[in-house]
Amino acid sequence: MTNYPLSRRSFLGASSALAALAASGLSVSAQSGSNLTIAYNIPVLSWDPTTGPAAVNPVLQSYYLAVFDRFVGQKPDLSFEPGLLTDWGFSEDKSTITMTVREGVKWHNGDDFTPEDIVWSLERAGNPETGNPIQFVWGKFGNYRIDGQTITADVLEFEPTLFKWMAFLTGYVLPKKYYEEVGAEGFEKAPIGTGPYMVDAMEQGAYVRLKAFPDYWGEKPDFETVTIKFVTDAASRVAEVESGSSDVTVNMPYEDYDRLIAKDGLSGEAIPITDIGMIFLNDIEVMTDKNVRLAAHHAIDKQLIIDRLLRGYGVPLATLEAPGYAAYDESITFDYDPDKAVELLAASGYSTENPVKFTIQTTRGFKPKDYEMIQAIVGMWRKVGIEAEIEVYEIAKHYELRATDTLAPAAFYNWGNSIGDPSTSTGFAMFGPSPHSVWDTPDLIEKIAPLFGEADEEARIQGYKDVSKYITEQGYVIPLLQYVMPIVYADSVSVTPYTSGDLLPQAISQA
Amino acid sequence: MLLKTLITRLLTMIVTLFGVAVVVFTLVRVAPGNPIAMMLPPGASEEDIARLTALYGFDKSLVQQFFIWLGGVVQGDFGTSITLRQPVDQLVLSRLPATLELAAMALVIALLLGGTVAVLGARNRGTGTEVGLDLTSGAVLSIPDFLWGLIFVLIFGVLWPVLAISGRIDPRIEFDFATNFYLIEGLLRGRFDVVGSTLSHMVMPAMSLALPLAAMIAQLLKQNLKGELVQDYATIARVRGFSETTVILREALRNAALPTIALVGVQFTFLIGGTVIVERLFAYEGLGNMAIDAVINRDLPLIQGIVLLFAAIFIMINLIVDLSYTLLNPRLRHG
Repeated sequence: MTNYPLSRRSFLGASSALAALAASGLSVSAQSGSNLTIAYNIPVLSWDPTTGPAAVNPVLQSYYLAVFDRFVGQKPDLSFEPGLLTDWGFSEDKSTITMTVREGVKWHNGDDFTPEDIVWSLERAGNPETGNPIQFVWGKFGNYRIDGQTITADVLEFEPTLFKWMAFLTGYVLPKKYYEEVGAEGFEKAPIGTGPYMVDAMEQGAYVRLKAFPDYWGEKPDFETVTIKFVTDAASRVAEVESGSSDVTVNMPYEDYDRLIAKDGLSGEAIPITDIGMIFLNDIEVMTDKNVRLAAHHAIDKQLIIDRLLRGYGVPLATLEAPGYAAYDESITFDYDPDKAVELLAASGYSTENPVKFTIQTTRGFKPKDYEMIQAIVGMWRKVGIEAEIEVYEIAKHYELRATDTLAPAAFYNWGNSIGDPSTSTGFAMFGPSPHSVWDTPDLIEKIAPLFGEADEEARIQGYKDVSKYITEQGYVIPLLQYVMPIVYADSVSVTPYTSGDLLPQAISQA
Repeated sequence: MLLKTLITRLLTMIVTLFGVAVVVFTLVRVAPGNPIAMMLPPGASEEDIARLTALYGFDKSLVQQFFIWLGGVVQGDFGTSITLRQPVDQLVLSRLPATLELAAMALVIALLLGGTVAVLGARNRGTGTEVGLDLTSGAVLSIPDFLWGLIFVLIFGVLWPVLAISGRIDPRIEFDFATNFYLIEGLLRGRFDVVGSTLSHMVMPAMSLALPLAAMIAQLLKQNLKGELVQDYATIARVRGFSETTVILREALRNAALPTIALVGVQFTFLIGGTVIVERLFAYEGLGNMAIDAVINRDLPLIQGIVLLFAAIFIMINLIVDLSYTLLNPRLRHG
């Protein structure tokens, strides 16, 4: 018989490990009391919210908004509110801007927040060397002057949406003194802001733990500690909240959303957000034929797609301006009318026997039911005399093709616009010279170009409404729907959803 | 003999890695998806595109880019990640321990499970037990690792929530790790809460990876054991009064294990490859999870770094397997 020596020490060690495993296994439920656990769908990529690709990733803004403050704040309904600036505006002749800086604000390291931080942040953002992707906006202002809490600057090139950008991508204030001390690398390791939460601990690719900032200038957040787990797989996020391991999660399939909110102990919110599904049309091949474009649009039953594929979660759209956007015009409509589609195609010599043919590109799994939606649309098109071949590509490929204006005649995409301004939806999506537009006809360029510099806000918004109407009549794009973001949470918490699609820890409280 | 083999293999390794570097560099650049196009803001002009392209060094020719990158790699500088904005070597090395611990645990589970089933099958050869074990192995093998992952999540994560679904360790645990080998460091420093939490997070992904390999080991090892058990030396052992189990464990197993070692070596590399999907599913912060993010974000320097490291690991594992095989097989050792 073989003897297997087991020392007292190794036995105790093994026993402790097993006990710890059991204990940790049994305590997988989410934290309680003043602790909150969120299962989020994307990891933090970088802690500098003003440079690099992470800065323009809309999904990452939820992290940034917990730690940093923007120049201008934004309410859940997209309206603006004072942020680190309490007042802002252009001079009458639009040659200067004036900003009033909030007093009594502290950085997470205890330093005082000053107007110098604002100026440094704006100058840094406007410097092409720093790699701020929105430099084209921030670089239009310069010669900053500080007088007490008031900052004035010269307008180098008029940008009507400047203050909206201050509540949008890269519109964050960073600490001048601290950043200069620690440098870019040091800031990545230990970021500080003026926001409601401080970064307490982070395991790259796994989680970030936030701690409430006791000296926050605004309303104190309800939870003392927030742990955000990076759970990229939707099935795992569902399991996280279903098992009680996390209190809140977002962006799961709508089937799971309906199932989860029907369960005891879980609730949900599903509100339309500033993200729309659309089909880009490129002015090539058969898409130069207006009849084909309009027929392709008339043949799509958007409500049916929303009802059948998205379980009713979505809002059909006629333009790229969704309800709640500044230039949304409910009088602009576009009917689902397959008979009209047949008629239009016949006028151009097409029929079900002699269908018009083109390629439509789409992602698969990038957005909820994207591929399935295009399959359904291709089916609807087939009935009226359009034969479209589906080409699946990755989102990275879409960006490349769009930037080089080589998209197929039709290409599915989603467009986000959390400030709801028409320049950042219809403007850049349809303005030919923009790298994000593939429709390049001069008529549209002439209509949009003046609006980028229009100083009269009322005229600018009306101008975009008129452009939207024109685009709809000409069939230059096929808007499909406004997405709904599903949020599921434990009954022990209450969540204030943001139309911008942000999930903010400070907007989650104990029920 | 062994030293000569070792030197030859190490030299071959350098040539292979250079080949991998060329192929990877070329592939990631010809693959669709331009990282600059992904970060273009609305309203970006041609100048903005040119500025960003130059900022990330993509304005140079492919050959220039390759030699700049290779020059850095030789000096240990693998570049900076576009999305994570940190040195690639630091990022990759920080994630490698997680993947190695996971793969090693999966391997141990696979060897224990597969070995046990093989011995049981060989011990009960020709009976209903063997048929039952064969059928079970076949069924286990036919289910891919990620599906096992989903099954485990459903059972042990949701229906009977005793194991952690995502991550590598409970975020509440305060522990200043000196290395990223959580399990090993937890054991060495006597922090059994860390060990317990790490195991709780590792069991499901490791089991998902291990089960298909365990089934493979069980099938191959059992066949080899059956072949060895009809050899003369096995018969002599029985005549000497050894029980069938003793004959298997003491006499036949060593000879039957040789082909299994070769299989395990090859499969271990596939196992590390398999961590990509499984790590994603369990939000496990390993190299595979990072690789997916790097591909999605077209983070070219990071993709290159990860692939090169994977290649180096594969080559090293194959080298170790070959050397082990040589050491264990007397015919090769003295040949």
